[in-house]
Amino acid sequence: MNAQMIEHARQRADFETIAAWVQSGAKVLDLGCGDGTLLRYLKETRKVWGYGVEIADEKILACAKNGVNVIQTDLESGLEGFESGSFDYVILSQTLQSMKHTERIMQEMLRVAKQAIVTFPNFGYWQHRLQVINGHMPVSRDLPYQWYDTPNIHLCTLKDFEAFCAQLNVRILERSVIHRGHQISVLPNLFGSLAVYRVERLS
Amino acid sequence: MHSPDLTSVGIVTPQTARFDTPIKLRSGAVLDRYELVFETYGQLNADKNNAVLICHALSGNHHVAGFHSEHDKRPGWWDTMIGPGKPIDTNRFFVIGLNNLGGCHGSSGPSSLDPATGQPYGARFPLVTVDDWVETQARLADQLGIQQFAAVVGGSLGGMQALQWSITYPERIRHALVIAAAPKLTAQNIAFNDVARQAILTDPDFHGGDYYAHKVVPKRGLRLARMLGHITYLSDDVMGSKFGRMLRGGAFQYGYDVEFEIESYLRYQGDKFAESFDANTYLLMTKALDYFDPTHHHNEGLLAQALQPVKAGFLIISFTTDWRFAPERSREIVKALLDNERDVTYAEITSSHGHDAFLMVDPYYHDLVRAYMQRIDLGDAA
Repeated sequence: MNAQMIEHARQRADFETIAAWVQSGAKVLDLGCGDGTLLRYLKETRKVWGYGVEIADEKILACAKNGVNVIQTDLESGLEGFESGSFDYVILSQTLQSMKHTERIMQEMLRVAKQAIVTFPNFGYWQHRLQVINGHMPVSRDLPYQWYDTPNIHLCTLKDFEAFCAQLNVRILERSVIHRGHQISVLPNLFGSLAVYRVERLS
Repeated sequence: MHSPDLTSVGIVTPQTARFDTPIKLRSGAVLDRYELVFETYGQLNADKNNAVLICHALSGNHHVAGFHSEHDKRPGWWDTMIGPGKPIDTNRFFVIGLNNLGGCHGSSGPSSLDPATGQPYGARFPLVTVDDWVETQARLADQLGIQQFAAVVGGSLGGMQALQWSITYPERIRHALVIAAAPKLTAQNIAFNDVARQAILTDPDFHGGDYYAHKVVPKRGLRLARMLGHITYLSDDVMGSKFGRMLRGGAFQYGYDVEFEIESYLRYQGDKFAESFDANTYLLMTKALDYFDPTHHHNEGLLAQALQPVKAGFLIISFTTDWRFAPERSREIVKALLDNERDVTYAEITSSHGHDAFLMVDPYYHDLVRAYMQRIDLGDAA
């Protein structure tokens, strides 16, 4: 699977859910915004306005071509360039699993925005479990990398993420578990490959 | 003779705009009349909405792109950026380069003749600020029938002018491209500038700024000023890789003549500059840099407050090894724009060239400027 196809698959699955959750006209910060497609999609469908954050040169360039505001910075160094409470939503779409400082980024997200929308590939998806039982690190549509070249260093399951939120004093407002574009309601931690959460800080 | 190049604006002729309406400068001084020399590339469209102003840095001028004659060896100072099909595409934009007030390339400045006396202004030419430049640039735009710029673009001190434009004339600028700039100088920046000024001011040939009458030029001072400046425009890395500890003669001479290649390079740069640039203009430009501070008129000195009037969209670019105007300084501008919810794209270009990187060709840098400029709406979308 090439990078473009990965990008494409990634986009379809969680964008609609995010668009449905985001209030029209909201101010959004999209962390790890890639080529800016989500922001552009939200701008066109929800009249959303905001900024993307990226580190890769080619993605900054793609955002500029897409007419999307983007700030080139390393998320690992935090969000110090952004004022507290200055956004309605901050989005971290399929980036959490590749971040070194997972706790810090969660805290920073809920500092700069009222709510955060986090999406990640569910490591607990049955095919992943099966591959581990068969003695291999999982490779799938949502985890398309080999163990030696994966950027994903902090993979988790739905259960893990929910425990993590509880530990950080973060309230889960909404959850959507998806597999190939379909909502999964039965045993989501087993049958869902992609998790989408909307969360806020417990006061 | 240069070979025909389809991406060059070709041969260009500078023009002169005359202004007879007195201008009151930030310092309080008044200039009754003045001239600005400028060049244009491309065509102003019928809607007059495709004009782009290029603001120059410390030692720049109006000759931004193209050649002055068939025999001209070197093109304008930003020829790599401006031309047909180049990042700032003259097939689409009407680009204006000017020599700022106080300059020494044709615009009224210390070395030009004071109409009142028929002698060079010398020390009598008032100090000018970035605000003054923006004001005179706006008057030039008026003369050219340009109500609003599609973009104002500049690197270093030029970027400061673009920023000031967005504050002073929010209605007259749709986009600002602020490259390798800073919202104001640090103490260290001012310190470098003052050493440069001291080199000139203490040159025995300076004569209080009226050296023209003495038929001399404070070359030694200007040369030193430029050598110092040059060090700060390069990165340690690029100096190391370009010159290292290389010796011209291969062995130590145990004397004070040129031995290391870096010495040779700096002296050459200094000499070349001292031949062609006016010392008074150099002094004036460095002071304009020092004075620049959009927060100066605000009680709390907050940049976000100063940028409240801004309406333009911004492309802000910094370079990783630029220590004269480091990326952190650009990020201050970005932060102030974010705080005001303005459109901004910020890129940090990985480069080894230090501050000078803004004049260099770099694929990512140039592609980004191109992409940003292409998105500027001129009502010509297919």
